[in-house]
Amino acid sequence: MSRAKDVMEVPEGWGFVQTMDRRDFLKLTGSGLLVLWSVDPLPGQTAAAPQRAAADFNSFLHIGADGRVTCLVGKIEMGQGVMTSLPQLAAEELGVPLSSMDIVMGDTDLCPSDRGTFGSLSIRMFGPTLRAAAAEARAVLVQMAAERLGLPVADLEVREGIVRSKTHPARQVSYGELTAGKRIERHLDGQAALKKVGAFTIMGQSAPRRDALEKVTGKAKFAGDIVPTGALHARILRPPSHGAKLLRADTAKASAVPGTRVVRDGDLIAVLHEHYDEATRALGLIKATFSPSPSKLTHETIFEHLQKVAPEARTTDSRGSLSDGEKSASQIVEQTYLKGYVAHAPMETHSAVAMAEKGKVTVWAGTQTPFPLKTQIARALNIAPEKVRVITPYVGGGFGGKSASQQGIEAARLAMASGKPVRVMWSREEEFFFDTFDPAAVITIRAGFDAAKKIIFWDNTIIGAGGRGSALFYEVPNHRTAVRGGWNANPAGMHPFATGPWRAPGANANVFARESHMDMMAAKAGMDPVEFRLWNLSDPRMRRVLEAAAKQFAWTPKPGPSGRGFGVACGDDAGTYVAAMAEVKVDKATGRVQVVRVVCAQDMGIVVNPEGARQQMEGCITMGLGYTLSEEVRFKDGVVLDTNFDTYELPRFSGVPRIETVILDSPDLAPQGGGEPAIVTTGAVLANAVFDAVGARVVQLPMTPARVKSAMKG
Amino acid sequence: MRAISFSLNGVARKLTVDDTRTLLWVLRDDLGLTGTKFGCGEAVCGACTVLLDNEAVRACATPMSAVDGKRVVTIEGLAHEDQLHPVQAAFVEHLGFQCGFCTSGMIMGAHALLLKNPKPTRSQIIKEMEPHLCRCGAHVRIVQAIESASAAMAGGAR
Ligand code: FES
Ligand code: FES
Repeated sequence: MSRAKDVMEVPEGWGFVQTMDRRDFLKLTGSGLLVLWSVDPLPGQTAAAPQRAAADFNSFLHIGADGRVTCLVGKIEMGQGVMTSLPQLAAEELGVPLSSMDIVMGDTDLCPSDRGTFGSLSIRMFGPTLRAAAAEARAVLVQMAAERLGLPVADLEVREGIVRSKTHPARQVSYGELTAGKRIERHLDGQAALKKVGAFTIMGQSAPRRDALEKVTGKAKFAGDIVPTGALHARILRPPSHGAKLLRADTAKASAVPGTRVVRDGDLIAVLHEHYDEATRALGLIKATFSPSPSKLTHETIFEHLQKVAPEARTTDSRGSLSDGEKSASQIVEQTYLKGYVAHAPMETHSAVAMAEKGKVTVWAGTQTPFPLKTQIARALNIAPEKVRVITPYVGGGFGGKSASQQGIEAARLAMASGKPVRVMWSREEEFFFDTFDPAAVITIRAGFDAAKKIIFWDNTIIGAGGRGSALFYEVPNHRTAVRGGWNANPAGMHPFATGPWRAPGANANVFARESHMDMMAAKAGMDPVEFRLWNLSDPRMRRVLEAAAKQFAWTPKPGPSGRGFGVACGDDAGTYVAAMAEVKVDKATGRVQVVRVVCAQDMGIVVNPEGARQQMEGCITMGLGYTLSEEVRFKDGVVLDTNFDTYELPRFSGVPRIETVILDSPDLAPQGGGEPAIVTTGAVLANAVFDAVGARVVQLPMTPARVKSAMKG
Repeated sequence: MRAISFSLNGVARKLTVDDTRTLLWVLRDDLGLTGTKFGCGEAVCGACTVLLDNEAVRACATPMSAVDGKRVVTIEGLAHEDQLHPVQAAFVEHLGFQCGFCTSGMIMGAHALLLKNPKPTRSQIIKEMEPHLCRCGAHVRIVQAIESASAAMAGGAR
């Protein structure tokens, strides 16, 4: 393989349309059936999206004369598998084989506008739109077939892209034949009927991943792998601490290195070189002086600081009267729970390549938000948004962290300033510095139960985590939840660096607090923690999920701490209900927790791709081990002390337990989120299992060996 | 600058480079082999793993001087024409990846393990793969894939 000569060369099998520019696409789609935007956005689409559809080619689907169907989606593939599952939805409704589908993703010139890939929304919110577009296309094609064949619509059925008569099967016509040589545009009105669950042949079946071959052969292209002719790497001069300002920079020595160019665009100073490592060396020759950071916070003092500066409490949820509830309580439990900052740490650091040509800028970026990035780039360069195209190749993990795509703006600015295509690949240190961390949180719950061991009041104050995941699905007549700040919209100075959405933002902290608290109350009540939950739970959906987990785990009731090291936790996220159970071993001498087994049961409505859903659940549980046991960003005076994986400890092979996933059959509920829910229970299920093992309650995440030991000492 | 001769995926190569530069960036930037990934640059993630004389090494910490006269195999050199290597085939079958960014390194690490120990136990697999990070949490399936590749290779698949 040689370096890509043609900048438009992109991965094979990725979907042919992405290899073309817009003009070619217009030609290509000169005939065939296009299903376009409706004027009113459908659920899951942004109100800003509708534009003059035909002119802007905001189409969802294109059916070509060869019968191939191209699905155009603004979503991106970062491992979560929507590249595979979204075509399943469309193929099902259209009545075509999965093998005839192509998909183009995250290209702002070709795909309909989209706010971004996050929040487990792709299947849940965008899915219905895509299904509607496919159903609409099928209805149009069947109507056309009726005219062509001279048969009533009622006599026609579709199978494998062929419309045929039910009574005279020999009378048939293919989608390709119907669309050949014609240009048909339909505007989506969402009126066409969707298939019923019982009729599914593609949805609900595990489909082979479309990205598999490219990913195991090294052919899959990520943003850093796209190399326009003449492209140079940029290494950017960075401040040593947050809030530090550049005072002076002497770049003479760096400029003197052969093959190097130093480029300055306002506050952005970068060294360009064809080779990344040589650019890095030259960057090290810049002598720069920065002002000190104004921040005096550390990862230890942060919790006190947050309690002082967090915004006013906002009541997100309340019912009954807390004081009435407290009067009838026979036992009250109050506890404050803490969680530190957690990094996204995707294996692919933020990367982008930008090329400016004839007044137009093209940026290939590893981003979860190609459309917002396009707007940001246009603003930064002060050019019209139509002059910017963002293309999203495979994204090497996002988890919310690539909703912010500063690197794309940097690449675009440097390409403009240098007149060369510019590649920006953040180092791991830059990744830890500029990450939009999952915020630290302080959560205080005061709750009580009555003589019948029914929870009678629940008062929850959340600082830093926002409200996601805090809702009570237990039966509690008197409760209140107050939120003081989340991952965004915080007063300046609340956090010493950027924070942002992290896989199920805030829910990991909130579920940790609520489910730890449930366990403490169960122990106080002398009840088995599963029985205590069921005793206070009437929501039939959650009861079913919890019972399914208990059955798989073979849970036998015993009040904690039982010494067995068993834990339980429930949660809901993105419309999906989860119950997890775990078995842990705690090394009493060191405080080290080894997770032996995790069972996770989930009701996620209709499952589009069961194997894909299981992969996400396993990924959630495994990733969750990190925030639960080892991951915490350390910092001091604006300096992020963790700069690489030698000190910031991600979950590793030896720490991964046996994982068993149970997906409940739930045909009456539309597909719900799958990429995040199973992570929310990990903190609590392990904290509860540690309590059950050694009788010590750890109330701060991560549960490092030192914290477990100190909890054991009481 | 110095002339370095080595075999790359079975083909003899001669490059004149600064021999303190690392194999990772020479592969990616000079030779256009982008299948080998940059994840940390400090030999602490495994994403850049390649084979050097059949041993797994971190390309980001391997200077070109150490490559002279050696055989380098990267992810691009593993499949034979259209035929996936059994380790690659097993990663496809068991879905031993999500985002795929750690995958090249995982596959090369697994391949190196099976070369020196064709029938590893589960704990030997875990020990060997321990330095490899996967943020997506594909670990369970990666271990299954390595076990099944080992079985397939013992069965004479290749
Ligand atoms: S990039 Fe070489 S080990 Fe991480
Ligand atoms: S598959 Fe994404 S890091 Fe391993």
